[in-house]
Amino acid sequence: MSETVVGIGTRKGLWLARSTDRVSWQLEGPHFLMSEVLSLLFDTRRGSPRLLVGFRSSHWGPSLQHSDDLGATWAERPEGSIAFPADTDTALKATWQLVADPHDDQVVWAGTEPQGLWRSADGGETFELNRGLWEHPHRPEWGEGFGGGAIHTVLPNPTDPQSMLVAMSTGGVYNTRDGGASWSPGNTGIRAYFMPHDEWPEFGQCVHKVARDTAKPTQLYAQNHRGVYRSDDDGVTWTSIEEGLPTNFGMTAVAHPTQGDSLWLVPIASDGERIPPGAQLQVQRSDDAGATWRTQAQGLPSPSYTNVLRDAAGTDTDDEPGLYFGTRNGEVYASTDGGESFTRIAEQLPDVLCVRAVTLS
Amino acid sequence: MTVRVVLPGMLRDLVGGVAELPVELDANAPLGQVLDAAFEPWPILGTRVRDERGEIRRHVNVFVDGEDAKRAAGVGTPVTPSSTVHVINAVSGG
Repeated sequence: MSETVVGIGTRKGLWLARSTDRVSWQLEGPHFLMSEVLSLLFDTRRGSPRLLVGFRSSHWGPSLQHSDDLGATWAERPEGSIAFPADTDTALKATWQLVADPHDDQVVWAGTEPQGLWRSADGGETFELNRGLWEHPHRPEWGEGFGGGAIHTVLPNPTDPQSMLVAMSTGGVYNTRDGGASWSPGNTGIRAYFMPHDEWPEFGQCVHKVARDTAKPTQLYAQNHRGVYRSDDDGVTWTSIEEGLPTNFGMTAVAHPTQGDSLWLVPIASDGERIPPGAQLQVQRSDDAGATWRTQAQGLPSPSYTNVLRDAAGTDTDDEPGLYFGTRNGEVYASTDGGESFTRIAEQLPDVLCVRAVTLS
Repeated sequence: MTVRVVLPGMLRDLVGGVAELPVELDANAPLGQVLDAAFEPWPILGTRVRDERGEIRRHVNVFVDGEDAKRAAGVGTPVTPSSTVHVINAVSGG
């Protein structure tokens, strides 16, 4: 019998929702009570699944811990897993992203605040700073979004070990084609309306999330601060795919895990009105790489004045993938029919910061 | 002489429940050196109180004989062999 586990990272701790039928759910938690849980990874590349969690306490700072028994016990390296080298004169603020490498089952990538990319070669216990990106001449000019200056998207290319995309707000997209030695901005075609003198800068765009297409690894989707884009050249140039959407604003973007050209967005009315369009909490789905969109809202509340943050949505690994997202008012919704209908699987939690799911056999 | 480094309740489970970490000191020393000695057997405790640069975290306060070290010389604040050092979580949050 398989089990689905949904990790729900909130402003005040981590909860795990577990189900064997994806109909009835048992909620476990909180772990790390009173800490912001910003990043989660279910790493299924080993005998027993490893749950990696990046969190921070407002008092006691950031931490990264892992559990090899789904939260029954946790392990932490005494000196910390991610620490900036002394010569950087920098302190880690938070780990915003944890990603399993598709080419090496010991490698885990992390994206942090301040804007650092980190590589672990031991399954996520110790990390090394990527110097190529850290020493990029643009770094002093990268800005900070409302969530801080963080690398919030890390997308290794599943067919090319030398290629990877990272994104940050407000710095934009950067790509490497030489295994992380050098990095180039990949923001051509993305408008930065907020820049007073140049709305089409080389970098500085406020990308909120980038997703990689399942069937075509060099096809990517970006939800920006006002703007939705697709790239057909592995994140170098972008074209708008916002026509047909109720708004061009939102935080998250999720690629369908088994079906190419398919993705979900969760729209927000605008940057000045951060509520669902028409006060209807909704998902927008495309099955033609953004050419057309359709609204999915069955089972979602209206009126609703909540919001879904950039990492607060994810899919499980079932043959018929489940879609999950959490809201800023502490509710989590699940769909097992591709977003056609949703059920609420958790409520009255603190605001949800990240959601990741896995199917375990 | 023994400097008393007094821990807040929220951190005591990291050190087996003890409330104080004694540090032997013969002469005055900067606070950072005292904390290094106090936390040396307890590296996780050290990362909770200070970042990787050795600075006291933003919402942690350390008092030396009742004076807030951040308002003095930070981790350079002098500690005498008879001092008491209090580590306190700041009043903040929501």
